[in-house]
Amino acid sequence: MAERRNTRKAARGTAEAGGGTDGPAPSRLAVRKTYKLYLGGAFPRSESGRSYPVTSDSGQHLANASLASRKDARDAVSAARKAFGGWSTRTAYNRGQILYRVAEVLEGRRDQFTAQAVAAQGLSRAEADRVVSAAVDRWVYYAGWTDKVAQVLGGANPVSGPYYNHSAPEPTGVVAVLAPQHAPLLGLTSVVAPVIATGNTAVVVTSETAPLAAIDLAEVLATSDLPGGVVNLLTGRVPELGPHLAAHADVNALDLTGAGGLAVEFERAAATTLTRVLRPGPGTDGGEEAWLDPDPGTARMTPFLETKTVWHPVGT
Amino acid sequence: MPVPHTAFAPEATTNRALRAFLHGLPGVDEVGARARAQDLSTRSVKTTAKAQAIDLAISMVDLTTLEGADTPGKVRALCAKAAHPDPTDRTVPRVGAVCVYSDMVATAVDALRGTGVGVASVATAFPSGRAPMEAKLADTRRAVADGAGEIDMVIDRGAFLSGDYLKVFEEITAVKEACGTAHLKVILETGELVTYDNVRRASHLAIRAGGDFVKTSTGKVSPAATLPVTLVMLEAVRDHHAATGRHVGVKPAGGIRTTKDAIRNLVLVNEVAGPDWLTPDLFRIGASSLLNDLLMQRTRLSTGTYPSPDYYTLD
Repeated sequence: MAERRNTRKAARGTAEAGGGTDGPAPSRLAVRKTYKLYLGGAFPRSESGRSYPVTSDSGQHLANASLASRKDARDAVSAARKAFGGWSTRTAYNRGQILYRVAEVLEGRRDQFTAQAVAAQGLSRAEADRVVSAAVDRWVYYAGWTDKVAQVLGGANPVSGPYYNHSAPEPTGVVAVLAPQHAPLLGLTSVVAPVIATGNTAVVVTSETAPLAAIDLAEVLATSDLPGGVVNLLTGRVPELGPHLAAHADVNALDLTGAGGLAVEFERAAATTLTRVLRPGPGTDGGEEAWLDPDPGTARMTPFLETKTVWHPVGT
Repeated sequence: MPVPHTAFAPEATTNRALRAFLHGLPGVDEVGARARAQDLSTRSVKTTAKAQAIDLAISMVDLTTLEGADTPGKVRALCAKAAHPDPTDRTVPRVGAVCVYSDMVATAVDALRGTGVGVASVATAFPSGRAPMEAKLADTRRAVADGAGEIDMVIDRGAFLSGDYLKVFEEITAVKEACGTAHLKVILETGELVTYDNVRRASHLAIRAGGDFVKTSTGKVSPAATLPVTLVMLEAVRDHHAATGRHVGVKPAGGIRTTKDAIRNLVLVNEVAGPDWLTPDLFRIGASSLLNDLLMQRTRLSTGTYPSPDYYTLD
């Protein structure tokens, strides 16, 4: 005991000697962020307790991310199912306001996302800035679509008979999204925003190698009046999570953008429960620059809609 | 702590004697009960053990519909589900019983004839228990006459809480008599009893008055069947068995919605009361939405993929 006390005293002596009046100020302890999952509006660790190191493009350690398990995927689907009723019955106008709010909050934190893109993907400052701007604009773009998609895809149908006949698109339900692997912010936004804009809820498997932007984006979503469970973000491995999401009977549609070589296998599993599938499009395997098109149209919304047609007799 | 045998010696039933007995019971260590229940709920039950637990839990379910909006059609649908919980898989065991209001007993008996599923009826002015004694007895007799094999009565919580144990005791004995051969489950409504000490006292009172089962709740009051409450009741039936050799059953009801909850209850039964109680004759789970979750977990185990509630009936 005495010895230890002496050592401590000695250590203090050294520190005092080193930190004189004109020496450097004692450095602050770094406050590092724990990157967790985004599930049902909360930020839990993986149920499995696992995490994995995330490195920058040049191999430098950035942080540890949660490694989501099969059960996290199951919980995410439950959360998305629970959120579906409320989200899909909101007015399209209200959904648009909330998506626009996401853009506002993201704009306010653009420095953080730009720095993140520079560090994680090795983009230049200017490139990163362009990507973040495009991501903000993408939320605004789909915010605008929320209350217009029904007019474009639905309407009155001419029928031969004394009936009014109307078709209207409705959200299909819970959509499992395998997000692009090499476009962690703009690519992720480009696949998630169209899914939720029309009233679906999403379970998203983020880029495995660059998942940090997704969890930062989750903080934006959580503070933008988006109800908990509408977007659930799982950081982890597609080969581990994908098969369970694809075969899950309570998943109504599957976006295979980030599935890579497993897309066919997942599509086959999805077929057993008649899950709608969006196959990976050309160029979607590229980096953020592949997602810069400012007008992506309705192509990512229509696969996740059901058309409801109503016949109504004339004159009643 | 086991209750001393002498406490069960026959004696004149007066409020004074009941009070002396019930207040002489050892107090419940609330923190200890919670910690024990919490500890037991972390047991991991997987694969084959889980499959067995799910089937056991299904056979213990008292499939319940106690709504003002119940119709004969809904009761018949529930009965069909009770007899064949999963129509696509005949290896699924049937449930323990169907639990309905007394005016629906005849419908349920009709629908369940020959299936082996029992019919339980709530009686005695369920869920409040606030009605004249004659009405409670008439309610019970009618349900038994219509063919109910089990009666779920509620105790008079007002009388219990004001210390009129004799009134509660006499009501239970009177209803037990009206039941004839039907089994009597005594609902304590633990959510209104405030303390675990009261739960222990009410359990012993109900057991002593001749109840065949003690049941936690009506399902209309929250909190309903929490694990510590079930634990205290399981201790009561265990102690009664140790003292007298008579087996009394336990039925948690209300708030048990998932397979995980059900399996936690089974673990509690095994560890507190013992494996003797792991039978539908001595342990039931009052539930409505639980059955679907059990079926879904069963499908998950046998197929390896997660099922969707869309593939199961709503009630």
